[in-house]
Amino acid sequence: MSFLTMTNLEKLFGQNRVVKDFSLSVEKGEFISLLGPSGCGKTTVLRMVAGFESPTAGGITIDGKDVTGLKANSRNIGMMFQAYALFPNMTVADNVAFGLKVKGAPRAERDARVAEMLALIGLEDLGARFPFQLSGGQQQRVALARALAPRPSVLLLDEPLSALDAKVRVSLRNQIRQIQQDLGITTIFVTHDQEEAMSISDRIVVMNGGVADQVGAPFEIYNRPRTKFVANFVGTLNTFEVEVTDPTTGRVTLAGQGLSLPNAPLAAHVGEKLSVALRPEALRLGRLPDAEALLTAKVTDVNFMGSVIRLKADLAGAAVSLDTFNRPDTPPPVVGSEVEVSLSGRDFILLQA
Amino acid sequence: MTRFFAWGTFLLGCVFFALPLIGMTEFSLKMRRGEYSFDAYRRVFEDQRFWDTFSYSLILAAATIVVGVLLVVPTAYWVRLKLPQARPVIEFITLLPLVIPAIVIVFGYIRLYNTSSFLPLTGSALGTDILLTMGYTTLALPYMYRSVDTGLRTIDVATLTEAAQSLGAGWVTILARIILPNVMVAVLSGAFLTLAIVLGEFTMAALLNRPAFGPFMQLLGANRAYEPPALAVIAFAITWGCMGLMQLVTRFSKHERAKA
Repeated sequence: MSFLTMTNLEKLFGQNRVVKDFSLSVEKGEFISLLGPSGCGKTTVLRMVAGFESPTAGGITIDGKDVTGLKANSRNIGMMFQAYALFPNMTVADNVAFGLKVKGAPRAERDARVAEMLALIGLEDLGARFPFQLSGGQQQRVALARALAPRPSVLLLDEPLSALDAKVRVSLRNQIRQIQQDLGITTIFVTHDQEEAMSISDRIVVMNGGVADQVGAPFEIYNRPRTKFVANFVGTLNTFEVEVTDPTTGRVTLAGQGLSLPNAPLAAHVGEKLSVALRPEALRLGRLPDAEALLTAKVTDVNFMGSVIRLKADLAGAAVSLDTFNRPDTPPPVVGSEVEVSLSGRDFILLQA
Repeated sequence: MTRFFAWGTFLLGCVFFALPLIGMTEFSLKMRRGEYSFDAYRRVFEDQRFWDTFSYSLILAAATIVVGVLLVVPTAYWVRLKLPQARPVIEFITLLPLVIPAIVIVFGYIRLYNTSSFLPLTGSALGTDILLTMGYTTLALPYMYRSVDTGLRTIDVATLTEAAQSLGAGWVTILARIILPNVMVAVLSGAFLTLAIVLGEFTMAALLNRPAFGPFMQLLGANRAYEPPALAVIAFAITWGCMGLMQLVTRFSKHERAKA
């Protein structure tokens, strides 16, 4: 049995059904991200697990125990908030010790645990400081230590990196993942940042309109999106229309070039138009020997992003994005120039509605 | 030119406020004919009734502050956290003491809690003191509520509450260890305002026949010439002392500085 289960969760705010029939099983020690746009219900799901919202229907169990009707302060859950939420009247050490104090832990145990937690986040010298004397990244690390100090069964992270600058964000997310793996704590992370979710999660739940559109490992979510929404929300996508020429073998044509789609629907008939998509990195610049088709594209924009160069181009009647690695000896194509683009049918993603 | 008018208005304001105070202070020092002295102040301090009424009012002020904090802090917190839609109603209720005269309130009290009523509070000194404390709490409500509400506005009440809850804290712990310490300066400013109101209040104490500082000031004012201004100067000194204390508390409160 899974460590944390959410079964047929529903949440209504007035007449507005924010979460609809949401079910998820999380294994012990797993890192799950709830990913989706604003208003998709991801934070509401997290708040229901935390006990800050009660579900209109459905149930939640943690370690086999039904916690659906349990108050937030009885669930033994650690939580990090976007706004840090450190207690301004307490020092860093007092903040970290708060949960243990509430539980009635003896002074010696508290002090030892605070020292251990501060060492874990690398702020052992800052115990006497007040939150306002720390940077945003340091405050969020203290918030992590505070959440972990009482040894919670589940760690909930509500967009904890959103208020930080890009560099701190990356280092802190790596630190969170490292600590999570070291402690083996079951974690649910809410974010609208797909890169963040991809980089640290064991599994991602892509949410849309209160339901889980797809649940899977980052690789699966990115490369085999099940719905148009997932495909569009996770990463950049180029969409094309191809014409079926032989449904039995999955043969289609794009701009007069023949391609084989591995997952083409057998029920399709000859001449039917199918909606397909390609990731920017699946469109490869130049003539490649293993490619199925070679098309010419006109470059409309060039974005130099460091290790990657993103080109915008007109290809087979569609405006596409195309990623290529930066090579110091090869300057990127100029805007207005024509380039050859190689592509293969095996890279196409067949989109459902 | 604009600068000249700005300074002119400022100085005019200073003169408007300071002149009566200077005049009053100067008059309070003129008890001895032909020279300045502190005779009036000495006479006030030598009067046992001054100490009796002053300490009585101080005790009632302390009780009023405790009742006010216990009533206002959880109410303002709860309104901010769970019932933001009730805020206009609560604000209206807390403003009522400003528009309903104290005499109306005290007559209402006497009618409701007289010796032949279901709760005869006016039948004993302690009961009347409790009634007076409630009356003072009502009078101080607009100031206490606004102070606390302003304090609560400076912190993220909802997130701090949820953070504490996730760490296992219950409502009493949250209020006592998270919310109250973070609005302490606001509570203190409300408390000092309450103290100033209680020390100067006359109507309720006089009609409930309690030996408070307000009726003593009135009594002195009606029968003496130099002592009343001396008493007024003392009352001002207490008020300013309270304001100074408020400033001090803010200055020495580290986490409050962070919010500024």
